[in-house]
Amino acid sequence: MNRIKNLFDNKNKNVLNVYCTAGFPKLNSTLVVMKALQNNGADLIELGMPYSDPLADGEVIQQSGSIALKNGMTIKVLFEQLKNFRKEISVPVVLMGYLNPVLQYGFEKFCEDAASLGIDGLILPDMPQISFENEYGAIMKKYGLDFIFLVTPETSEERVKNLDELSSGFLYAVSSSSTTGKDKSFEDVEKYLQRLQSYSLKNPVLTGFGVKDKTTFESVCKYSNGAIIGSAYIKALENANDIATATQTFLASVIG
Amino acid sequence: MQKIEIDQNGYYGNFGGAYIPEMLYPNVEELKSKYLEIMYEDSFQKEFQYLLRDYVGRPSPLYFAERLSTQIGAKIYLKREDLNHTGAHKINNAIGQVLLAQRLGKTRIIAETGAGQHGVATATVCALKGLQCIVYMGAVDIERQAPNVARMKMLGAKVIPAKSGSQTLKDATNEAIRDWINNPTDTHYVIGSVVGPHPYPDMVARFQSIISEEIRKQLKEKTGSELPDYLVACVGGGSNAAGTFYHYLNEEDVKLVAVEAAGKGIHSGMSAATTQLGTLGVLHGSKSIVMQTEDGQVVEPHSISAGLDYPGIGPLHAHLFESKRGIFLSATDDEALKEAFNLTRLEGIIPALESSHALAGLRKLDFKKEDVVVVCLSGRGDKDMDTYMKSLNGDLG
Repeated sequence: MNRIKNLFDNKNKNVLNVYCTAGFPKLNSTLVVMKALQNNGADLIELGMPYSDPLADGEVIQQSGSIALKNGMTIKVLFEQLKNFRKEISVPVVLMGYLNPVLQYGFEKFCEDAASLGIDGLILPDMPQISFENEYGAIMKKYGLDFIFLVTPETSEERVKNLDELSSGFLYAVSSSSTTGKDKSFEDVEKYLQRLQSYSLKNPVLTGFGVKDKTTFESVCKYSNGAIIGSAYIKALENANDIATATQTFLASVIG
Repeated sequence: MQKIEIDQNGYYGNFGGAYIPEMLYPNVEELKSKYLEIMYEDSFQKEFQYLLRDYVGRPSPLYFAERLSTQIGAKIYLKREDLNHTGAHKINNAIGQVLLAQRLGKTRIIAETGAGQHGVATATVCALKGLQCIVYMGAVDIERQAPNVARMKMLGAKVIPAKSGSQTLKDATNEAIRDWINNPTDTHYVIGSVVGPHPYPDMVARFQSIISEEIRKQLKEKTGSELPDYLVACVGGGSNAAGTFYHYLNEEDVKLVAVEAAGKGIHSGMSAATTQLGTLGVLHGSKSIVMQTEDGQVVEPHSISAGLDYPGIGPLHAHLFESKRGIFLSATDDEALKEAFNLTRLEGIIPALESSHALAGLRKLDFKKEDVVVVCLSGRGDKDMDTYMKSLNGDLG
């Protein structure tokens, strides 16, 4: 069973993918957050594995990662937390992180363990295309994990098509060349997404970076299959007394 | 001996490559496709060589340190990069990259800096060329390197404190990379060492290779041979060592000695001896040897010298280490301090703390009397006077 494929087979508009950081705000928040996301309308969960040097992320997500690391989060701890998560979580889950911690865990062992827990795919923004093609792509395929490449407005048409061909599950459209959590002009974003649409890509496209509320969500959903929200949700969790309530309020403000 | 060279994907052996998020891809790709063509154009070389000569003051002297030679028991020559304009070898690379950035049509220059030497060098060239300059520097380093912060400000650069993580060089580098991601079209990122994604390690090594190009000529004049028995340089990221070794990488008879910072001792938990403590990993866009936890989190190094206080090492050096082409030694904070005073009192030259590590390496090698040894004196000690005075007064914790 491929949960990501099933999702897009049944729903190809307004798909909502929400990012959360494992071990944030508390070490044992991971499953509580994931359940709250599923219960309040997230179609897909992008679970971040914290890293000391997250180059593609902005301040908010980096800060959540630092807190998670201080809380004691590691890949081993995370996999321990995820041992029985499929009993409670049925939406697709992709792990997002950086290559270095995965390499230290052992790339193949990581894929094997993640797949056996019920993880559906991986996003590793610093994975070079050439390493994917020569080495890592085959390993992920062996364990049935999707791999999602990022594309930006600066990515050439040829390269977008290339990365779409290599990706499975979906393609991650970064709304503008920037780190996460920055404000954008959404007119340019819409033009960019229309351009992507014209390429007739094989994968559904989810748009991230700068999506934070109902307006921006609806704006990117016009020209792509859905959106990824990260920093805005992490901010909502930062100030939360109760994870379930905060998640409910936040998601209602986006898709309610 | 296996030839030491970079392959078309930017690897030296197992190390190098470009591990970058897609947001950086167009910038790095543009650089990769154009850097060699631009830097070997006649007009580029003419301007670069002119500035190195009339602005920096090159060639830097190769000085026979007679009294130090007697003390060590070998013929010790010092390559005087400390006499360059702005006080270190960093200016060679800063000029090269800023000229290159201009030819790429970039108008905004960003840089990271630890001790501030690379930041000062970049701010200097930006002042010369009338370009906007932004330097990222760890908030902790801003506190401990005040004179260089003042120099950068006087030169017109904006110094932005990196407040994430441990607030030192590693974090300044992260912030500079983020700035580049957010400003993809008008900005060039001048990396100060032989680290970062391909083509940076190769490009910076080529700009610094003027050091070994001059050593070959100067040594021939002084000794009749271009080849020394040993080349010795300190290594943090490794740019002065890369420049010192560059034209000797494939000269089998020349021993290449790299001296890392052992801090308070290699196994003290406060060290920056990356090859001794690190494992294979990815940091700042390339695969190399990285100081990290079992879980793959990059750890904070320690060295008394801010310029060597880095948890990684350039991929060229990782390859020299793994292939055993290089001899890797380390020197502690105390050993480096001792050598700084020793050289000052013997030769009247106050070296930078970084360069003092290279000098400390001399004590750990078994020389014959007639051995010719070239040490790269990468920078002068002005910026370290505060530390030296504390040491003199016994105030160093």
